[in-house]
Amino acid sequence: MTETTMTAVDLTAQGLGYRVEGIDLLRGASLHLRAGTVTGLLGPNGSGKSTMLRVVVGALPASAGTLAVTEDGMSLDLAGMRRRDRARRIALVEQDAHAEVPLLVRDVVALGRIPHERRFASAVDDDPVAADAIERAGVTELADRSFDTLSGGERQRVQLARALAQQPRVLLLDEPTNHLDLAAQLDMVRLLREVADTGVAVLVALHDLAQAAQTCDEVVVLRSGEVAAVGDPADVLSPALLADVWRVRGEWVTGSHGRALVVSPLA
Amino acid sequence: MTARLEVARTTAQPAARRRPQVPWLGIGLVVLVLSILVAIVIGPASVTGPAPITPLDVLGSAWHHVTAWLAERGLPVTVAENPLSLVRDGIIWQGRAPRAVTAVLVGAGLALCGVVLQGATRNPLADPYLLGISSGAALGAVAVLILGVAVPLPVAAFVGAVLALLATLALAGIGGRLTATRAVLAGVAVGQAAAAGVSFIIFSTAQGDSYRDILGWLMGTFGAASWSSVLIALVALVVIGGVLLGFGRTLDAFAFGDTAATALGVNVPRTRWLLLVLSALLTGAMVSVSGSIGFVGLTVPHVVRLLLGPTRSGNTAVARTSAAVGGIFLLWADTVARTVFTPLEVPVGVLTALLGAPVFAFLLLRSRRRGDG
Repeated sequence: MTETTMTAVDLTAQGLGYRVEGIDLLRGASLHLRAGTVTGLLGPNGSGKSTMLRVVVGALPASAGTLAVTEDGMSLDLAGMRRRDRARRIALVEQDAHAEVPLLVRDVVALGRIPHERRFASAVDDDPVAADAIERAGVTELADRSFDTLSGGERQRVQLARALAQQPRVLLLDEPTNHLDLAAQLDMVRLLREVADTGVAVLVALHDLAQAAQTCDEVVVLRSGEVAAVGDPADVLSPALLADVWRVRGEWVTGSHGRALVVSPLA
Repeated sequence: MTARLEVARTTAQPAARRRPQVPWLGIGLVVLVLSILVAIVIGPASVTGPAPITPLDVLGSAWHHVTAWLAERGLPVTVAENPLSLVRDGIIWQGRAPRAVTAVLVGAGLALCGVVLQGATRNPLADPYLLGISSGAALGAVAVLILGVAVPLPVAAFVGAVLALLATLALAGIGGRLTATRAVLAGVAVGQAAAAGVSFIIFSTAQGDSYRDILGWLMGTFGAASWSSVLIALVALVVIGGVLLGFGRTLDAFAFGDTAATALGVNVPRTRWLLLVLSALLTGAMVSVSGSIGFVGLTVPHVVRLLLGPTRSGNTAVARTSAAVGGIFLLWADTVARTVFTPLEVPVGVLTALLGAPVFAFLLLRSRRRGDG
């Protein structure tokens, strides 16, 4: 493979702002994603998680702050980068993907090859990278199904396959465990870890704090568009912070599988 | 275990499972040529006399013209005899042949625009006239027909279409990004304004025969088609249509929404703008030779999607097939329109609407049933 698949890429967002119709959805939010790690993006509804992901991927224009990736010790400003070059580095798995068009799953995954192909190229059948992405995301059996006939969980995995076909160095996911049953949630989490182990920086927005505590190397907690806390989940997700940000009671318990976070309603 | 079995089956017969290689292009061309040959010999006996013209006569006559053309240029060719009389030759080559070819080209262009606009606006109800284009073209054409402005009709219609497009884009772009919804809403507004202008001009000034001219034009007709119509439609279809076909995969990416398309490396606002402008120009060119013919651009893409099924439902395949189906469909629609009610000629737009409306209703019913299930 080419060296781009080997390059470790870090992403740094500094003081990101996003303002729409006079309301600040992001206010000076900063984060740092390290290659090979899974970072959890946490926060209650409306705290700016989805907005943050969209600004980082470039679908929403930041009204303040800078976004840069560091590769081979060089810092590259994302704002000045061509869309295609950005798409070769950063991929996004959205929360609810709708497509009324009945595309085949393998064609949906092949869309991830767009930033790597010639402009105006038609789809390549049996692209090896797309085939590999299909296998890694575990959607081989779905490859010849039509995307619009899939369940929510299946769509989520197909979207992940499409994102992997982009061969991103930074992978963003917006609540990828939504719609999934418990086994599938664990499966998704395992997949994200596998992706990170190949040197990708993973940023995943999650609602389930216990799952985040178990999965993430680091968490970023958002509140009203601001970063409330950053760091190791065991340090960050303290009872005080959980009570403050989510209005829930949290406590760490030691069980047979190590320490875990248990969340319950505030008394 | 099951996964491994799946892989084994996949490698065993990949070709059989996927994309069977049918020579669609060849089949399409044969159907197209045969359709044109058959369509142009059909016509009322009151015009050509009781003896029927056969497709072989047409081929013989074509051969006559080819050899005559070569001989004129000093090539040693014996000029073949023309099986058609002078009158019949004129009817075929100056009337029906350019008319048939124009119908094919316009049908292909409108259907292609339908695919592109439905994809670019993520609106299954989008059609080539969505952006106020047909109303703008009508305003330009009616102005010429009634007010007697000294401009050729196709030019006036095209200018009207382009002005309507500019108004739509300006309106949609005020104070925000060019989203799909804004483009559609702006198009509706501009279309209504232009339609009001058309009604006002007709109401205030039209008299006598000009009514029928205008009505024919507003409903779409190939009655005035000539080889120059063919040239206009052909150049527009090849140049603009060729570029549009290159955007098939981009449209596939659009199907997942603006955010997903952006994440895949597509510059969404700029691409959408470009697609709208190109479709509008193509539609404008088509409207300028035929008047506004409804339902082809709206219905054909849906029918084609239904026929192709998911294995070939990428926008590239849908766009190509829609162009072919749209062209052949409009040719036959026009052939029926000009022959069935002789001596009266029905505007072809009336016929496409008559056929298109029930087809569209069927598609709607079907999609609802699928959605419920």
